[in-house]
Amino acid sequence: MRNGVIVFIAAFIALGVSWCGFVLAPVMQLGTEKQAAVLNSSDVYPIGRPGEANQGLQVYRANGCAACHTEQVQQSGFACDVMITSAGTNPPAVIAAWWRMQTNFFPNEMTQRFYSVIPNSGGVPQFPFERVRKEIADIAVESFQNVGAKAEIHIIAIGPDIERGWGLRRSVAEDFLYDQPVQLGSLRAGPDLANVGARLPDANWQLVHLYAPQALVKNSTMPPFRFLFEVRKIGNAPSPDALQFSKAFAPPAGCEVVPKPEAKQLAAYLSSLRADAPLYEAPFTPIMTKP
Amino acid sequence: MNPKENFDSNFGEASVPASRLVTSLASPIDASCRVPLLVLFSGAALWLVVGLLLSLAAVMTFHKPDMFADCPLLTYGRVQPAANDALLYGFCIPAGLGVMLWIFARLSRAELALPLVPVVAANLWHFGVLVGVVAILLGDSTGFVWLEFPRGGSALLFAAFLLIAISAVATFGQRRECELYPSHWFLLAALLWFPWIYSTANLFLVAWPVRGVAQVAINSWFATNLIFVWLALVGLGTAFYFLPKLAGRPLQTYYLALFVFWTLILFGSWMGITVSAPLPAWMSAASSVAAALTLVPVLAVAIITFKTVRGVPHGGISCKGEPFCYIKFGTAAFVLSALMLIAEACPQISRVIGFTWFGPAQVQLQILGFFTVVMSGAIHELLPCVMGFGLPFPKLVRLQHWLFMPGIVLWAGSLAVGGVAQGMKLGNPQTAFADSTAAALMFLRVGTTGLLFILLGSLLFATNIFIMTLKWKLALFKSLLAAFKAPLATPSASASLRRDRAVAEGKGGEVKP
Ligand code: HEC
Repeated sequence: MRNGVIVFIAAFIALGVSWCGFVLAPVMQLGTEKQAAVLNSSDVYPIGRPGEANQGLQVYRANGCAACHTEQVQQSGFACDVMITSAGTNPPAVIAAWWRMQTNFFPNEMTQRFYSVIPNSGGVPQFPFERVRKEIADIAVESFQNVGAKAEIHIIAIGPDIERGWGLRRSVAEDFLYDQPVQLGSLRAGPDLANVGARLPDANWQLVHLYAPQALVKNSTMPPFRFLFEVRKIGNAPSPDALQFSKAFAPPAGCEVVPKPEAKQLAAYLSSLRADAPLYEAPFTPIMTKP
Repeated sequence: MNPKENFDSNFGEASVPASRLVTSLASPIDASCRVPLLVLFSGAALWLVVGLLLSLAAVMTFHKPDMFADCPLLTYGRVQPAANDALLYGFCIPAGLGVMLWIFARLSRAELALPLVPVVAANLWHFGVLVGVVAILLGDSTGFVWLEFPRGGSALLFAAFLLIAISAVATFGQRRECELYPSHWFLLAALLWFPWIYSTANLFLVAWPVRGVAQVAINSWFATNLIFVWLALVGLGTAFYFLPKLAGRPLQTYYLALFVFWTLILFGSWMGITVSAPLPAWMSAASSVAAALTLVPVLAVAIITFKTVRGVPHGGISCKGEPFCYIKFGTAAFVLSALMLIAEACPQISRVIGFTWFGPAQVQLQILGFFTVVMSGAIHELLPCVMGFGLPFPKLVRLQHWLFMPGIVLWAGSLAVGGVAQGMKLGNPQTAFADSTAAALMFLRVGTTGLLFILLGSLLFATNIFIMTLKWKLALFKSLLAAFKAPLATPSASASLRRDRAVAEGKGGEVKP
């Protein structure tokens, strides 16, 4: 290449094209994103965080929690559970249909993980098929209905993160609509926090954990955030906010540990972390209780 | 002189390592770079030490989690980005810019244009980094990876970069022959790259933030273009200047280097969007394809380096620790770190190593193993030319190499292996999460030794640079004193010292030698 202008133009084009792809296109495609409809409901998702939780997001940013925690749940696919809601008038026929399907059609497909039966039905299983493909679930529901039972399909997200209980579905763009900044994180030195509000709803647990993670989780490598708390002499009456600790982590006698406003905001933010709305792009059936 | 040889034999010392030309006086071209380079490099050396100290403070969390429980400034989530930014913005970029200015002056066979501008800019730059790092430690980070500096710091960096770019382009414009060297392409592209990505990221993320996950796309684009592409452009541009010079034979070959340049900027700039991110699937697909294609320039770099150094004295992989070794080791580290980055973009592999310490391992290898090593080799080589006297402790150059090399292997290596161990456990929901942390913990602790080695090496580096600066200041002071005592006897002060004094006094290029 003979002159600098050509190099500049070459670099300009190369970078310009990738700029259009990864800056301009996302801004146009995602920057105008709106709330999405929650499946099978008239609600929209997400609704903004309450003010205190929003301040907590800034505490999270300032202390770089995202250096160790991600907020993005992964999912490898979907599966379906077939649930019999009513055994109908002829339970033995339902059981027979179930056996027939297992042995004749898809002997390799059935995985029944939680064995439970519908009460007073003579042994009709509540979840005859679990974690099966959609086509199979459809056939099964139809067959059960043909013998008078009522059955429905539950869509379940699958993948290691889901099995760890880190969420009900993968994280999607909508989950971060109101975050500024969006802090997905890239390292899991600690657990994923995308749904920590649903998993650990107790704000007091969060505060104690922030003050002394090792008090709640043995050998935790999470650094304590004691600077978000105040250790002070107990005045005339103990503060209602004071935290309770086991002996090893308790403050000196006559003192109490009281969260500063930042700690309370952070706990509020953590409680607000819950991505539990089924959406068109990441559906699941929100049934929380399993035998 | 044939540019296709990318082999500037200006001063006939191509075959003699400059560090041995202890007594030679600097040529006017070299001398013209002296003050700007000293400011850039001494600041950079300081940031290197500071950055590594901060890294050490960060990794201490995994030895003793409650070490900084009462000290908000040094909590892991603040000190870790501060360490990375101190290394990248404090050391890598100013060191790269300094080396770039010198290479441009050398290849143009002209003195540095507007020498005062980069002096001012270098001070601005280092001040900007100080503002940024302190802000992060105080909890004022923006929360975007590699873009943590708040507005004030970023604005200073941006202005300083533009100023240095002006001087670099002006020096480039003074060249006597039209044909460009391979190093020219890489370095010129880097001059365009940084202002573009830095301004885009700051405007879209910090000044007028876009909504939602578009931030993630822009942040990833910026980070990859800075850490992978920009560092590759400057590091390879430097390596492709020094390799042929030190090997005493042309770059093998000019056309392969041209090929690397094109493919690197075309494909490399599309990497970085991970499969895991909640973004439209086409983005991560495009990134994965780009990563696969980036294999081409990376392998070509390996071939160029291997063919250029093979068979020459001290060539091949044999090594005594002189600057030639630095450059060879650095290029090898580049190839390895790029391969790691490409592996991360492969969906099958990222299922295991995604979200683990493998990612930080790649970044550390890129920043410390590749860029820092290439830059310190280049600085050791060029500084004696620029100063007109040898390094005060030439033996430390070798010692530093023998500290850096095992240190980097240990540090990045154990992070990477720890990452894989962690990933195997993370991917299996039957193992408790704590097991995955525990799996990586041992490697982190072992790796800390490596970090200590690197820190020691960087102290040696800083020592050489600071003593050199000190010696030069002393000589300057003496010549000033002499001039003061005997105003008519100025010929006794050497021409280059007078030039320095002029620059130091702020008169720039007006002085006639
Ligand atoms: C050095 C890495 C690190 C940093 C920084 C860090 N954490 Fe953690 N975190 C961990 C580890 C490891 C665990 C798992 C052990 C435990 O529960 O203590 C954890 C667990 C948690 C949990 C419990 C999650 C669960 O499912 O059990 C919460 C909540 C949490 N961290 C919040 C935070 C917040 C908020 C911050 C920032 C103020 C933060 N962490 C900073 C490493 C870290």
